[in-house]
Amino acid sequence: MFPKDLLYTKSHEWVKIEGDDVTVGITSHAQEELGDIVYVDYSNIYEDGEFTVEEIKKGDAFCSIESVKAVSDVYAPITIKPTEINSDLEDAPETVNQAPYENGWLLKGKMVNEVEKGELLSAEEYEKFVEEEKG
Amino acid sequence: MEEKNLKHTPLTEVHQKLNARMVPFAGYLMPVQYESALLEHLAVRNSVGIFDVSHMGEVFIEGEDALSFVQKLTCNNAKKLKETQIQYSALTYPNGTFVDDLLVYKFNDKKFMLCVNAANREKDYKWILSHKEGNVEVFDRSDSYTQIAIQGPKALETLQPLVDVNLSEIKYYWFKPGKVLGTDAIISRTGYTGEDGFEIYFSPEKAPEVWNALLEEGKKFDIKPCGLAARNTLRLEAKMALYGNDIDDKHTVLEADLGWICKLKKGDFIGRDVLLKQKEEGIKIKLVGFEVKSKVPARDHYPVYIDGKEVSYVTSGSFAPYLKKNIGLTYLPIEKSEIGTEFQIKVRNKFLEAIVVETPFYKREKK
Repeated sequence: MFPKDLLYTKSHEWVKIEGDDVTVGITSHAQEELGDIVYVDYSNIYEDGEFTVEEIKKGDAFCSIESVKAVSDVYAPITIKPTEINSDLEDAPETVNQAPYENGWLLKGKMVNEVEKGELLSAEEYEKFVEEEKG
Repeated sequence: MEEKNLKHTPLTEVHQKLNARMVPFAGYLMPVQYESALLEHLAVRNSVGIFDVSHMGEVFIEGEDALSFVQKLTCNNAKKLKETQIQYSALTYPNGTFVDDLLVYKFNDKKFMLCVNAANREKDYKWILSHKEGNVEVFDRSDSYTQIAIQGPKALETLQPLVDVNLSEIKYYWFKPGKVLGTDAIISRTGYTGEDGFEIYFSPEKAPEVWNALLEEGKKFDIKPCGLAARNTLRLEAKMALYGNDIDDKHTVLEADLGWICKLKKGDFIGRDVLLKQKEEGIKIKLVGFEVKSKVPARDHYPVYIDGKEVSYVTSGSFAPYLKKNIGLTYLPIEKSEIGTEFQIKVRNKFLEAIVVETPFYKREKK
C-alpha cells in the first residue's frame, strides 16, 4: 500500500534518500485526511525566491498545507539542508492530492546526519502504525 | 467525546456505506465530507447536492397564545408571517445577544415550528419553557423528524418526482405540508447555502429510502451527497451566520449586522430595551466580511490586528471554493468597518493583509 523504497514518519511524511540527496512529501494517507489541498505555504523557510534558513532540523515544521477543511504543518523527517521547494504547487496545489509520491513532493535537499535515518519507519512499519491509529 | 456516546441520525449508516468521513458535531456523529468538500461545494453551486441535517432541532409552540409568545421570544416580527410562511429570526437574551438563531415556521396563529441549531436544542427548549406565558404548550419534536436539505439550481427537479406537491408553487421562505414517498412531510423552500433549494422534514423511518431516491433522481444532474465541510463553506460564501462562531451570547443582534431581523417597532420582546438603546446610541463594533490578499486562508479564531494592536479575531474564515478567494468574517470597531478598510490577520507569526468587502461574498443570480 505504501511505496517500499521510501521511509516514513509517525507524522505522515515520507522521505526518499538517494546517497545524500533527500526528497520529502506527505503520504497518500495524509493527503486523504487533509482533503482538497488549496495552498502550500513555505513562507517560514522560503521567501522571494530564496531559502531563509540554511538547515531544517529534524522535527521542525517546514511548510503548512492548507486544505478546504483545515491546515496542517509538515515536519522534516530528518535534518535537511534545503535546495529546492516544489514551485509547481503554487499554481497546482492539488498535485499533492493527486500524486503525493511523485509530482506532489514538497522539499528537496541534502542529508546532514545519516544516523537519523535509523529512526524512520519502513513501509511495513508505517502501514502498521496507520492501521493502529485508525483503531 | 467518545464516539460511542455520540448520537446517530437515521442516516448515519447510509453515510458510512458511502465512505463518508464521520466526525463528532453537536453531539452527533455526522459526515464532514464524502469524496471531496471542494466538489461537494461546487455541485451545490452548479447543480445539486443533498445534506443530512437531521441534527437540527424542531420545537413546536402551540396554543391560543402561540403568536404572542413567539413575538415575545424572537426579535423579528412574527405577526408579519402568513400561514405557511417562514422567517429567519433569533431568540434573544435580555442583553440583546443570541440564545440562538432560527427559522420560524407559521402553520397558523396557534401553531408555530422553530427550527433551531443542534448544539443549542436543549438550551433553547429550556429557555422557551422558562419564559412560557399565556395559553401555550411547547414540544421538542426533534427526534420525530429527519431533515434533508436538497440544494442547488437542480434541487427542484431532483425533489419533484418524490413529492405530491407542485414545488414551483412554493416561494422562497414558504413551506407546504405534503408527502414525500407517501409519508407526511413539511416541504420548505429554504436552505443554508445561498442557493435555491428545499429542506424536508419527515419521519425518520423513511430516511434511508428518501435519501437514496434523491441520489437516484439526481444522478442525471451529477448530484453529490454533501458533508458539514461543504455546508460551512457554502454558508460562509453567502454570509449566513453560524451560531458559536459569528453570533453568540457576547454580541448583540445589531452588532452581528442582523438589524434586518430586529424589528424594534413591533412591540415588546426579550432584549428589546437594550437593542433600542444600542440603536439610538450606535453600535461600537460590527460583523464585517473580509477578503485576504494572499493565498493563505485566514481560519476561525486567528487574531485580527489594526495598527499593530490585536483588536479582534476571525469568527469564520476559509478558502471559498466557488469564489476561489480566501474570505472570512470578523467583528471590527465601527470606525474601522467601512468597505475598503485594511487590516491584518496573524497566521503562524506573520501578518496577512485583509480588506473589508461587501457581503454577501456570493449572491446567486435571481431568475
